[in-house]
Amino acid sequence: MPGLSLSLGIVFTWVGLIVVIPLAALVVMSASLDAGTFFDTVTSDRAIAAFGLSFGAALVAAVVNLVFGLLLAWVLVRYSFPGKKLLDAFVDMPFALPTAVAGIALTAAFAPNGLLGGPLADLGIKAAYSRLGVVIALIFIGMPFVVRTVHPVLQELQPELEEAAATLGATRRQTFMRVILPALRPALLTGFALAFARGLGEYGSVVFISANLPHKTEIVPLLIYTKLEQFHYAEAAALAVVMLVFSFILLFVLQRLQKRRRPSVMRNRPTEATA
Amino acid sequence: MNHRPALAETPLARYALIGGALTFLTVFLFIPLGLVFVTAFKDGVDVYLASITEPDALAAIQLTLIVTLIAVPLNIVFGLAAAWAVTKHDFRGKGILLAVIDLPFAVSPVISGMVFILLFGASGVIGPFLADNDIKIVFALPGIVLATIFVTFPYVARELIPAMEARGREPELAALTLGATGMQAFRLVTLPNVRWALMHGIILCTARAIGEFGAVSVVSGHIRGETNTVPLHIEILYNEYQFTAAFAVATLLVFVAILTLALKSFIAWRESQRKVVA
Repeated sequence: MPGLSLSLGIVFTWVGLIVVIPLAALVVMSASLDAGTFFDTVTSDRAIAAFGLSFGAALVAAVVNLVFGLLLAWVLVRYSFPGKKLLDAFVDMPFALPTAVAGIALTAAFAPNGLLGGPLADLGIKAAYSRLGVVIALIFIGMPFVVRTVHPVLQELQPELEEAAATLGATRRQTFMRVILPALRPALLTGFALAFARGLGEYGSVVFISANLPHKTEIVPLLIYTKLEQFHYAEAAALAVVMLVFSFILLFVLQRLQKRRRPSVMRNRPTEATA
Repeated sequence: MNHRPALAETPLARYALIGGALTFLTVFLFIPLGLVFVTAFKDGVDVYLASITEPDALAAIQLTLIVTLIAVPLNIVFGLAAAWAVTKHDFRGKGILLAVIDLPFAVSPVISGMVFILLFGASGVIGPFLADNDIKIVFALPGIVLATIFVTFPYVARELIPAMEARGREPELAALTLGATGMQAFRLVTLPNVRWALMHGIILCTARAIGEFGAVSVVSGHIRGETNTVPLHIEILYNEYQFTAAFAVATLLVFVAILTLALKSFIAWRESQRKVVA
């Protein structure tokens, strides 16, 4: 087929200019630090606290989204109720809404004088301007991932599987735990990993709802931003390289997951010819 | 739906599940979004209109439009070229290319902006050369455009690749056998076949380009009326405690987001219609 050299020419030029050269600059810049300084930068108390918060908050938010993402996908696929179509479209809102808007909207709701933050404050829970605030922002940002990975798999799940389980005497709970959930597991894991990866790098929404205090409520992207503003380019690059390594590991795990995305129950289904 | 207990949940469980899902969305989505509008109109329609039409707001809107109009078309060309190369040809290193295309999704927006500072900034890799020749990239329009292109460039390619893959190569091969040139096959056979996927990619790419905050924030320099995009303008207003104005400008971006979702749903509906016909 023609057009390979033209299309590849465009692709390599673009990828080279926009991705490869800039990322190479990052590696070059972090390499300007000697190993000792690099290590000290990424293991300083402030950096460790920031990594702890970024990973911890992203993990908690991804777990919350795992549970509620499954719930949302289930409700959207299995039940019918008024307004379902609209709800289905709105689940994608965090993908479409700019993060800065998400940040100020969540802060307005969860601030101590806010509609939701007020009652929480009465209970002694500080939502905005605390670590919980970071988690809240990341729950919002990661909301659609699990829904969108689980939804199509749930839709394609064969009703015969559940019927077979029922005829064999399984209760609804057993059917869910032993038939439905295993079939959804790869999709759940993919959605979880995507939400986690997104939360790890998120900046826009978090800086509004967090108090951004070093050692306490400062996430890694903000620490990198601060280092850049202070012209500590090499230190910023070192922190970024560590983040990138974690992102690539996640990306790699994701690719492995997606290769076996099709649930095993469906893969082992006999074809029409053999049945 | 079957109501026998082993095949479906009891009505009570069903209502509880629907209620749980609705509560989650209300707390994390509907209340915060509603508050954007409540705050924006708190001081009346006049204040709202004044906030979105003052010169700095208009300058921000104009800059956002310029950046989007440069970044999106370039990414469409790239997306089409990438999808054509990857799905219609076999070559070594395809897996690596696909991974590189996905890369911006895995990189924090702050890092996406920062790489351009490290490259073009005053003490960046080629910063001194640019300064000598009086070329301004970061803290100016070119930097904002570059950062926007970086964060948005997977969208079109990511939508097109599975769509082109699904169609196979036969339609193009048939066109070529019938004497079409490569360009004709692309324009008359490939493009019409994947037009909805292309539209979907363009919509996602545009939405992200308009709303990008982290990457643009790093390279913008926040010069009022000059290098402030709409999301950055919102941040400045917010940090100056001009809450009503900040939320008023934010409503514009909420409208863009709602429009994005509406167009997405429309395309999904068209796609399902096509499948029914086929």
